[in-house]
Amino acid sequence: MSAREAILARLARARGAGPAPEDADDRIRRHPRGPIPPSGDDPVRRFREQALGLRSDVATVTSLAEVPERVAGYLRERQLPMQAVCWPALMALDWRAAGLDVQARPARGDDAAGITGAFAAITETGTLMLLSGPDTPGTVSLLPETHIAVVERARVVATMEEAWDRLRAEHGSLPRAVTFVSGPSRTADIEQTITLGAHGPYRVFIIVVDDALAAEA
Amino acid sequence: MQVTALQFKRRAAANLHDEKLQRALARLQTKFVDARAAAIAELPDYGSIRDAAAEIRDRVLRDLDGYLRRFEQEATARGAVVHWAESAADVNRIVADIAEQHGVRRIVKAKSMVSEECGLDDALAEAGLEVLETDLGEYILQLAHEPPSHIVAPVVHKSKEDVADLFAAAHHRPRTTEIGGLCREAREVLRPRFLAADMGITGANFLVGETGSVVLVTNEGNGRLCTTLPRVHVAVTGIEKVVATLEDTTTLLRLLPRVATGQSITNYVSLLTGIRREDESDGPEHFHIVLLDNGRSRLLGTELQPMLRCIRCGACMNHCPVYQGIGGHAYGWVYPGPMGAVLTPAFVGLEDTLDLPHASTLCGECAEVCPVKIPLPDLLRHLRQRQVERHLRPWSERAALRAWAWLARHPALYALGARIVARALHLCAGRKGRLRHLLGVSGWTGERDLPAPTGRTFRDLYRARRR
Repeated sequence: MSAREAILARLARARGAGPAPEDADDRIRRHPRGPIPPSGDDPVRRFREQALGLRSDVATVTSLAEVPERVAGYLRERQLPMQAVCWPALMALDWRAAGLDVQARPARGDDAAGITGAFAAITETGTLMLLSGPDTPGTVSLLPETHIAVVERARVVATMEEAWDRLRAEHGSLPRAVTFVSGPSRTADIEQTITLGAHGPYRVFIIVVDDALAAEA
Repeated sequence: MQVTALQFKRRAAANLHDEKLQRALARLQTKFVDARAAAIAELPDYGSIRDAAAEIRDRVLRDLDGYLRRFEQEATARGAVVHWAESAADVNRIVADIAEQHGVRRIVKAKSMVSEECGLDDALAEAGLEVLETDLGEYILQLAHEPPSHIVAPVVHKSKEDVADLFAAAHHRPRTTEIGGLCREAREVLRPRFLAADMGITGANFLVGETGSVVLVTNEGNGRLCTTLPRVHVAVTGIEKVVATLEDTTTLLRLLPRVATGQSITNYVSLLTGIRREDESDGPEHFHIVLLDNGRSRLLGTELQPMLRCIRCGACMNHCPVYQGIGGHAYGWVYPGPMGAVLTPAFVGLEDTLDLPHASTLCGECAEVCPVKIPLPDLLRHLRQRQVERHLRPWSERAALRAWAWLARHPALYALGARIVARALHLCAGRKGRLRHLLGVSGWTGERDLPAPTGRTFRDLYRARRR
C-alpha cells in the first residue's frame, strides 16, 4: 500500500464509518463568509489610514495622466534613480515627459524601482492584491528597492472576501500567484526590532486614481 | 531533528541562570504579549472570529480525508504534483528525489517548521545539495548551527552582538552591531543566491481545498523570492493544514498575524496555485507539494485531536510563564512551549519526553490566548494521565501518591498526620512564618521561601468556627 493510501485509510478509519458530518464539496460550493469586522463608510480614506499604518506611502490623484509626475516627485524627493520597470499596461503613460526612464519588462535583480497596477486594494488592512500573469510579472513588485502601485478607485474593496468574489467573477479561477502586499518588506528577527527592507522592497508608494474626485472638483 | 527532551530539567535549570538569555526573553513581554493585546483590541469581533476559526479547523478535522482528496484533485489539475509522506525519512527521500529528477544543485529555503521536524537541510546536504536558509532568523541559525528556539521568531535567544559575530566571520565584512546594517548585509549576501537558485523550498501556513493553493504568510519577502525565481518549488507541510475555502482562509488570516506578532496582516500573503503558465515570465515550472503525516493521523479520534487545530502562531509560548523563563531550546525538539509540550510527546512518544507534560503550571493562559481555542491545559493533563497509566512516572512519585491515597482513605489518621505536620512546620519556621529550606522539596525552596502553616489545620479552624 502506498503512503497515500495508508494515510487516507487511517484518516477515514478515525472519522468512523458512514458519510462525513458535512460534505467537503458542499462547503466549498457554498463558501460562506465568516464574521466580518465593520468597515466604515469612506473606503478610500480608510485604505489610506491603514496603508500608512503599515508604512506604505499613499497619494491620491484625479487622473492617470497625473501619475508620472507623482512618481517622479516621489523618487526625486528621496534622491532615488529616475528609472523604473513597469507592467506593459502602464507603458501608455507619458513617463518621458516627467523625466523618467521607464521600461515595460520583468524586473532584474538590479532594477531600482518597479511600477505595477493592482487587482484590488483592500481597505480593512491597507493591502494591495496582485495577480500573476503574462502582463503582470511578479518580479516588478518584488526585486526593486522601491515598489510603486497605481490603483484605480473602482478597485478599492472593503475586505479580502469582496476581493475573492470579484476574482471569481472576473477570472473564474485563481492565477498561479495571488500576492497580498501590505507595506515594505520587513523583519523583526534580530532582537524583535522592526527593520524595513528585508528581501523585498524598502518602500511601497501607492497612488490611488480617484476619478470621482475630478467630477467633484 | 533529534529529540533531546529528556534533558529538559537540566537545560531549564541552566537557562534560568543564563543572564543573556533572560535579557532576550524579557523582550517577549512588549514585543509579543503587549503587541498581541493591542492588535486584538483593534478587532471588534474578536470573540466571534475566534469561535469561527476554531470551527473552521474542527470542520476540516472531522472530514480530513475528504478535504485532502479535494485539495489533491485541485492542485493536480493545476499542474502541481502531490506527494504523501508517512515519516520524516520519507519527506527527506522525496525531496532529494525531486531535486535529482530536475537536476537541482542550489536550493534556497524559506522558514518551515515541518522541514525542521524532518531534519531536511541535513538530509539534502548529505545528498550533495547546497541548501541556503533565507529567512533572516533561520539564516543566522544556519550560520550558528543551532535549532530555532521559537516557531515564529527563531533567534529570539540571540543578541545583535551574537549576530554581528556570526556575520563578520561568514561574510568577511567589517563587523557592525547596527540592526539595520545587519539586515542590509544579509539582503546583499543572499540576493545573488536567490537569483542563482534552481529550487525553492517552503512550508505552508494553509492549504486551500477549494483551489489546491498553498498559502504562505511572510514578512521578509524571501518566501516570494523562493517561489518566484527558481524553476522548481517544493512546499513541505503537515496533512492537518488544509482549510476548506478562500473565505475560511481569510477568517484565519484575520487572527494569525494579530496573535502571532501583533500585525493586522503580514507584509506578504501569497496563494500559490499550480505551475507557471506558458506565457508567464516568472514562477516555477515544477511545483511539488509534500504532505507529511508523522504521527498526526494518530491524534485524530483521540482526546488529543484538538491539537491538530493549531495554526502555529506561537501565542501560547509567548504567554507561558515557563517558556518565558527557560526559552525554547530546553524543550528539546522543534516545537517549544505549551503546544510543543503536547505535540512532542504526541509525535515522538511519551517515553522520550517525560518532563514535557509537566513543564506547565496549568495556569491556563495558553488556552486563553489560543486563536483556535485549543484546551492546552486539558491536553497536558491528559498526557500526564497517560504517563501514569503506562507506569512511566518515577517510583518515588508513585509511592508518594499511593501513600497519600491510603492516608486519604483513613480520615482519622489523616487528621492526626496533618496536625503533626502543621505544628512541626510552624515550630520550624519560628517567628518569621517562612521556611527557607525544607527536606525533599529543595527544588521549590531553592528559589523562594515556603510560607509556613500557622500551626492549626483546616479541621481545627472549622471546628472552632462552628462553636
